[in-house]
Amino acid sequence: MLEDVFRQEWGRVLATFLGDIELAEDAAQDAFAAAAERWPRDGQPPNPIGWLITTGRNRAIDRIRRERAFADKAEHLARQLAEQAEESMDEITVFPDERLELIFTCCHPALSLDAQVALTLRTLGGLSTEEIARAFLVPFETMSKRLTRAKHKIRDAVIPFAVPSDELLPDRLDAVLAVVYLIFNQGWGEGRGDLAAEAIRLGRALVELMPDEPDPLALLALMLLNDSRRAARFRNDELVLLDEQDRSLWDRAQIDEGRELLRRAIALRGTGPYVVQAAIADLHLEEPRDWREIATLYGVLAQLTQSPVVEMNRAIALAEINGPEDALELIDQLPLDDYCYFHSTRADFLRRLGRNTEARIAYGRALALTQSEPERRFLEGRMLELGTPVNANWQELWTYTLNDLEQELEGGEEPTR
Amino acid sequence: MKYALLAYSRPEVDQRGEILPEITEALSRPEVKSWVRLQNAESATTVSSPGDGTLLTDGPFVDSKEYLGGLIVIEAADLDEALAIAADFQSLMRAFGVIEVRPILETG
Repeated sequence: MLEDVFRQEWGRVLATFLGDIELAEDAAQDAFAAAAERWPRDGQPPNPIGWLITTGRNRAIDRIRRERAFADKAEHLARQLAEQAEESMDEITVFPDERLELIFTCCHPALSLDAQVALTLRTLGGLSTEEIARAFLVPFETMSKRLTRAKHKIRDAVIPFAVPSDELLPDRLDAVLAVVYLIFNQGWGEGRGDLAAEAIRLGRALVELMPDEPDPLALLALMLLNDSRRAARFRNDELVLLDEQDRSLWDRAQIDEGRELLRRAIALRGTGPYVVQAAIADLHLEEPRDWREIATLYGVLAQLTQSPVVEMNRAIALAEINGPEDALELIDQLPLDDYCYFHSTRADFLRRLGRNTEARIAYGRALALTQSEPERRFLEGRMLELGTPVNANWQELWTYTLNDLEQELEGGEEPTR
Repeated sequence: MKYALLAYSRPEVDQRGEILPEITEALSRPEVKSWVRLQNAESATTVSSPGDGTLLTDGPFVDSKEYLGGLIVIEAADLDEALAIAADFQSLMRAFGVIEVRPILETG
């Protein structure tokens, strides 16, 4: 039960100590540690948040007085906190929710994107440095340094704890949404529910804090609609494509909630990229899929984002309508040579066109680029269907396919000059 | 809170040129506490002490494409305010280079 309170309220409790992010983190940690000790013995207090905040505040005062590193400032801060702590612990006090200020600080564009993501997961999500390091496949020390550096920059450069002014808000909100969506996608590709769930939790907090902004609604809708298929996306650790998924495993409640959120976003005149993406995610859940509508929406999205990846997705939809030939021509013009899904998409088009040797090479390129274990196995499976021995070492595989291609070319027509 | 706006310019920009009237105007804003312009980078001498003695090197310390051309000290409530002021100066000096914003360490 404390675990639930922790997950739900960590960010809320931490945010009340804003002013110094390291102090806030220590105070929140102290408060939850005290709760872990007392609550099982004395029972959960009637106002858990109030208890946590007041306890954290008292511990913070002790800490500041003990350390006295910045004597004057610290004394001032301690006095301020002490005044607020006068209120009785048993009293049901309403504490202001300052998570929104906190998330705008964590996602400040003066911090690198890596730092924004790590800091958001740490301060709002309550993930430990260890957990974040594991999620992003970097050594603990690297992640620890990244977080420390970011916290020090916030302190030293005085990155404000504030909701940005109206003129800055649209850009800053985009940055916040991008961080949350990046966390979701990190979890999605790996088939890792924990990160996706964390991103959804953050998305819910954003909607709660900014109920009239269409973009957070649309982002939450998008994540819920995609995540609703989570249980069906893997069978015995193997990736299952949408058309082959067991639809009875889809989370209906989540789909309904996602659709309702999307409806609200559209009612608020949302027309941004997350609205379009959520609408596309929604269309993908229909059976049969309306590929014309999907292609049209990808066209709209491509206009909005200028993204070649979106253009590639439009080509995938077009291939469903007119066959892969034109679609292949379209994607071959895209600058996506370093993108895993570009090569897997090409491979799929080539396979469907019966150009197996080229398909095999394309699968090899995709395999070399994928970071996800289930995707690697999926691509190997596809290659195997094309009659290539699956080799754990892709470089050998690559050489194999190259030789293969040369032989095939030798047996073919004379090259024209 | 004080911030230093370090204005870096490309070597081909002659530092001794006239200051544009818009920049002069911006420099007289109340947030600007002080400012200096530097002579061209080629006039720099770098002092270091790799061993026991002092070594003098002709030229700036960092050999880069852009050189520190001037420094503006401003007063701002927080980084957002400082960045907004920096952006104003950058848009006026766009042709010359980039601006790095650094919080000033105040001690004592």
